[in-house]
Parts: sequence; structure tokens; C-alpha cells
Amino acid sequence: MANKRIDEATNTETVGHEWDGIEELNTPLPRWWLWTFYLTIIFAIVYVVLYPAWPMIEKATDGVLGWSSRGELAEEMRLADQAQVGFREQLARVPIERLPDDSELMARAVAGGRAAFQVNCSQCHGSGGAGDQKLGYPNLNDDAWLWGGDLKAIEYTIVHGVRWAEDDQTRQSVMPPFEGAFDEAQLGAVVDHVLSLSGKAQPNAAGAQIFADNCAACHGPQGKGGREFGAPNLSDAIWLRGGDRADLRRQILGPRMGVMPAWGERLDPVTIKMLAAYVHSLGGGEDFVEVADNPEVEVDEQP
Amino acid sequence: MNNPDETGAGKDRDWSVVLDDGVAKTNEPVSSATASTGAPTRRHEPHEPPRTQMPEKLYEKRKAVHNKRIDGPFRRFKWFVMFVTLAIYYLTPWIRWDRGPFAPDQAVLVDLANRRFYMFGIEIWPHEFYFVAGLLIMAGIGLFLVTSAVGRAWCGYACPQTVWTDLFQHIDRFVDGDRNARARLDKAPWGPKKIARRSFKWSIYLLISLATGGAWILYFADAPTLFTDFFTGQAAPVAYATVGILTLTTFTLGGFMREQVCIYMCPWPRIQTAMLDEKSLIVTYKDWRGEPRGSLKKAKKDPEHYGDCIDCNQCVAVCPTGIDIREGPQIGCITCALCIDACDRVMKDIGRPRGLIDYATLEACREEAQGHPAQPAWKALLRPRTFVYFGVWGGIGVALLFALGTRSHTDLTVSPDRNPPYMLLSDGSVRNSYTLKLRNMESRPREMEVSVEGLPGARMWTDTINAREAAPSITFNVPADQIRTVRAYVMAPSNTTSREFTFRLTSLDEQRETDTVETRFDAPAGGS
Repeated sequence: MANKRIDEATNTETVGHEWDGIEELNTPLPRWWLWTFYLTIIFAIVYVVLYPAWPMIEKATDGVLGWSSRGELAEEMRLADQAQVGFREQLARVPIERLPDDSELMARAVAGGRAAFQVNCSQCHGSGGAGDQKLGYPNLNDDAWLWGGDLKAIEYTIVHGVRWAEDDQTRQSVMPPFEGAFDEAQLGAVVDHVLSLSGKAQPNAAGAQIFADNCAACHGPQGKGGREFGAPNLSDAIWLRGGDRADLRRQILGPRMGVMPAWGERLDPVTIKMLAAYVHSLGGGEDFVEVADNPEVEVDEQP
Repeated sequence: MNNPDETGAGKDRDWSVVLDDGVAKTNEPVSSATASTGAPTRRHEPHEPPRTQMPEKLYEKRKAVHNKRIDGPFRRFKWFVMFVTLAIYYLTPWIRWDRGPFAPDQAVLVDLANRRFYMFGIEIWPHEFYFVAGLLIMAGIGLFLVTSAVGRAWCGYACPQTVWTDLFQHIDRFVDGDRNARARLDKAPWGPKKIARRSFKWSIYLLISLATGGAWILYFADAPTLFTDFFTGQAAPVAYATVGILTLTTFTLGGFMREQVCIYMCPWPRIQTAMLDEKSLIVTYKDWRGEPRGSLKKAKKDPEHYGDCIDCNQCVAVCPTGIDIREGPQIGCITCALCIDACDRVMKDIGRPRGLIDYATLEACREEAQGHPAQPAWKALLRPRTFVYFGVWGGIGVALLFALGTRSHTDLTVSPDRNPPYMLLSDGSVRNSYTLKLRNMESRPREMEVSVEGLPGARMWTDTINAREAAPSITFNVPADQIRTVRAYVMAPSNTTSREFTFRLTSLDEQRETDTVETRFDAPAGGS
């Protein structure tokens, strides 16, 4: 093996291997390469001293600098939170009625609300806020509101929830079950009448009579619903739990009513304000009818 | 152990001469008196260098180059190029250019933070980066063009490494004197005088390097502001780091490594070597005229035996990379043509025709050697290869100019909401949501109108406009030089089926620029 010799042409030592007459020269490494290599070794030693390097059972050894990627993340999050402080304070001072006046603040509130919505609301209402007809989660994109669709009404619903027993100011409404109250013909007639309100069936006198006796108290004589009771509008194209005959029958005989938790105790008022702004911005938001021009609602400039 | 060199004919072979087609090619100067016809120019053809000439180590210790002062047309041209290029580099960031109140007033600015590139009247957005790519391609093909026509002219005159090396060599001469004085000082032992001289010279190096590194960062921010911030310690850390690194590289590459950068580090000489051919202009020594060389005294005694070269070594003395051009074209030659200046001066002094060392093509050399009349150098430029390169280069340039002239300063992008795809409203109509991005590339705020086409009865509103104010078109105010993102709701009557329709954006100024985007309207009723 060790058959090293000096190659004549290049005056360089060979490594002593030979394959079919081909030999390899033992050329020394270029100096710049060697120095770079030494520098990397020095760099590695310095790095091991300064930064976490040796993996232990729990975590790696602490470097002299005390740096860690978790620590860096925590610091960045802290800075991000700090940057939000001014905005949150400003939002806390503005009454929700005045929020649309400040379009920049509104835009930031909508953006913040979008994030909060994904965390807290999308489980039921869906990530696009489209709800679910089968499960009865209301669609927040449309212009039908059970409890009102202006910013203040939305905020109230979020704070107090719907049919949430632990909150005594919660949105409350109950539709009684009509199981056994109607015979088959009466049920068919009232379903027809309800469908006729939105032009999907022929009106009939019997159904109208039953509706006036049993339903109009909450849903109104024209079936327009009533927000004070949270009674759905039956004359529009939107159905919370489906709009065909079978759906209507089921809902009349044994109404299912959704529950939404009161978020007032779980979320801070600023987040709720942002959520209200976001839901309002989804396309169906309504203007304030009477408060918009009320001079008594003024922006509180003091924190 | 079967080394062919040890046994057989190879053992006696003279490796200093390579025989190829019966012509001896060596790296030694060939005398036209002794070699066969054609040999002088054929030695420039590629051949494997003799093995004995191979360096024993890959690292060769640098021999300091002390180039002598010379004056002549090429030196003057080099001064001119040096002043122009340095002036462009150092002064460009300070040129102002009025773009109105909504855009920076620096003529050339690479605004990385806001992702804009300003160059006089042109403003490039990130999505138009192909303009920069086109410029880079033009620069690449421009180098092809220059190389095929005039060889390594870039290396010789305009390359930053050459310009700064030249500058530093002038500093050397200014501080330490000309060639001989510098060589003496190099050899002198270190003493107070040498230390003083060296530290003075190196501080000038450092000042130039600092100015070079400092000028670089001025291209990336408002120059006057950054300049004050830099010296009051308020600039960003990255500015200091950049200046530090560039100062260091200028100091080492320009002050100390110099021609080594060209010979060992730079890939460009190697690429250029491959692009040169026998029709490219290079700085060449006409050995058929100069050889055999001999001193003036010897030549006078025996004029028959000696060529024009009197072996005065002036061409070597003035060379900024320390090569001997008489060894033929080589990687160390940056074709700065200072040796031409030196040789022409000597030839004038001894009363022989100029151009023993000259810009010439290898082909012209061969013809001249065979007794044909000399061709003027500029004729070497007229050949198909340079025309093709020029055509491609010019074509890309014209295409870029055309694209620049016809580009729209307005743009619309649309992304439909997929969750939910459509929405029923209480009156039965169907609503879709879209995120619109309105781009205003003018440096002034503009009114832009977005309208819906191809969707009968459609009306639109946004998250900031109330649904009651829905209309077939909406006007937005888009801030200067920005993109405005709008969430738009489009509502169509209940009988609408799924279909394609178009958003049209129109700028409401005298330009009336428009952009259309086709997108989809989803509805519960099927169809397409």
C-alpha cells in the first residue's frame, strides 16, 4: 500500500494508491482553504460558548448570552402587544355608536375582530361566518338579523349571549312546541300559509286563521317577525333551519332553539367591540336607526 | 506502479515544448528567425502547457507590482473613464429629482423598505422586476458584445476592481514615489520613517474605502438624511454593517490583493477567455516584428539578426498586473493598453514605427506576419458576431423601452371569497364577496371607478359602504403610489345563475386607464 514516491512531472508526493496505472497526487490543501477551515472551528467553539448547543435531556445547554428562540418569540410577542396598546385604549374610549365615524379605527377593529372571530366564533358560525342551516347556527353574512344587525345590537348579543341561562340579560325567546296541537290538515294549512308569505305556496284561509291565532303574536300578522322577541322573519328568503315543508313541520311541532354563550365574561370589552365590528362588516350590517344622529352619544376623550 | 513517464519514450520527452501538427508550441518566446512560417502566431493557439511549467504549489506568494508612471492616449482614456465611473458612483445618490409630494425626491433610489425602485423618471414596482432582469440580461449580453469586439475592455477600463486598483496605485505613487522608490521602500527594513509612510498611505486607503462603502448605502435611502444620521449614530445597524464590510473589502481588494482578484478570484476573465476568438481585438505583442529581441546597441551592430524589440522592459514596468505581454495573451492581462503607450513612446524615441505592442486581432497578426498590409483596428469590429450580439442587445433594449412606455399605472386584482361561495339575502337575491386590490402607480392620489360588467341587475357595495347605497359602480380614492384593498359585495337578482363576469377598473383622470378582471359569480341555481 504505502508506496509513496515523488511524481516527477509535478514534483508532488503521491498518496501511494495505484489503480490500473492511475495514481493520485497528495496535493496539499490551498492555504486559504485551510485557514477558512480553522476559522470555522474557532467559530464553532465561540458559538458553543455563547449559544445553546449541547442537547441535554430537558433542553440544550444555556449559552452565555442566554439567548433562546422561545425567549426571542416571547420578546417579539411582548413588543407586538405593546404596539397594540395605543389602539386598544383608543378603541376602549370610543362608544360603539361612534366607531364607524373613524374609518381607520374601524378598519383596524375589523381586522382585529377577524382574528378573534377565528379563535372564538368559527367553531359554530364557520370560518367564513356562514353558519350552518342543519345545525341552526345563524349565517352572519346575510341581512337577516334575529336580534338586530346594528353595531350596538350585535355587541349586546355577543356580551349577553342567546338563551344563556347564566346571564340574566341574555337574549331570551321561546317558541312553544305545537306537537299535538294541530291535526294533519291544520298543520299542512299553516305550513302552506307560512310558505305563501314568501310566495312559495298558495295562500289559504284556514292556514291564515291558524297563523293569526297561534303565531302572529310573535311573528307578526304578516310574518315579518319581531326583533324584540327574536322571532324570525318568515316572509323573507332566509331560513335558519331550512325552508322546505318537512323543515317547517319539524320546527312547528318541536322547535329547536339555538344557544349562544355570553361572551361578556370571557372576552374583554375591546375584543367584543372588534368582534361586533367584524360581524357588522360581513356585508349585512345595519345602520343605527336613531342613535346615529343622537348628539348625546359622544366620544369620550378621557381614558 | 505503472507510471508511463518512467518507462518508454515518455522518459526522454522534452516537456517544455509541445508538438502539435508538427509545430512546436512553447511558452517561451519563439523567434520568427528560427521557427517555421506561421509558428509565431500559432503559438497563441490553445495547447497544453508543458508540465514542467506547472506551479509546484497551488498557492503562489504574491509579488508586489510597482507599476511605472506612463502617459499616452490610452492612459488618458483610462483617466477619463476613471473619473467618469467614480463620479457616477459617488455622486449619483446626491442627484435630486422632483416627483411631487408623495414620492421621494432622490433620482436613483432602491427603496427596499417600501419595495420601490426609482431611477429618474422611472419607478419600478416589485411586480415589474422583469425590467431589472431585462437590464441584467442586457448587461450580460453587453459584456458578450464588448468582449467579442474589443476583448477584455471591461477588465481594462471600467471594472470597479480595475478602477479602484488604479486609484490606489496613484495613491502609492503620490505617497511613495514611482516604481523604483516604491520597490526600495518595500525592501527597506521597518523603521520610524517607513512606519510613518505606510500608516499615512494606509489611512488614505481607509478614507477612500470608507467613502466607497459609505456611498453604497446612500443608494438605499434618502442620501442627505442618511448621511447626517450615519455620522450622528442614528442610522440603522445594517447601514453600519454594510459600510463596515464594504470598507473592509475595498481596503483589502483594492489596496492589497489588486491583480490577484483578477487572476485567482474573478470568474469573468475565464469566461471571457472562452468568448474571445481570433477575430477579437486584444492587446498583443507582434513577436514576428519584435523577435529576436536585443538591446539597441546589439541591434545597431548587427541589424540583420534583431527585431524591433530592444528588450527595454518598459511594457513590463508599466503593467498594473505585472505581466510580460511579450509572453502572449494571458489571464493576467486586463488589456488596459498601458504597455502600448509605453512601447509606442520607446519606438518613437528610437525612430521605429509604433505598434510593436498594439490592439490587434490574432487573425490580423497572422496576415501582417505574412506580409499583408496592416488593417486598421476598428475594422475588427465589423463582423457578424458583433452584429448579432448588438442586435440581440439592442432588441432587448427596445423591447424594454416599449414595455416601459406602454405599461399601465393602474391595476386590479380580484380574489373571490370561497367561504361561503355565495350568500342568500332576505329578498332572495344572491350576494358574492370579493377582495379587490386597486393599484395606483402614479405618485398622486387618484379617483378610480370599479364597475361590474356582464352581470345583469348587479349592484355592489363594500364593507365601508352601506348596502342601501349599493350601485352598479363605485368610486374609490386610491392613495398615491399604493394599493388599496377593498372588500366588495356584489348582489344580483334571485334568478341569476352561476356565471363569469368582469370587474372593470377605470381611473377617473385624463389618462382613463382601465384594467379588467374576469371572475366568477356563484349562485345556488346551477349553470355556468
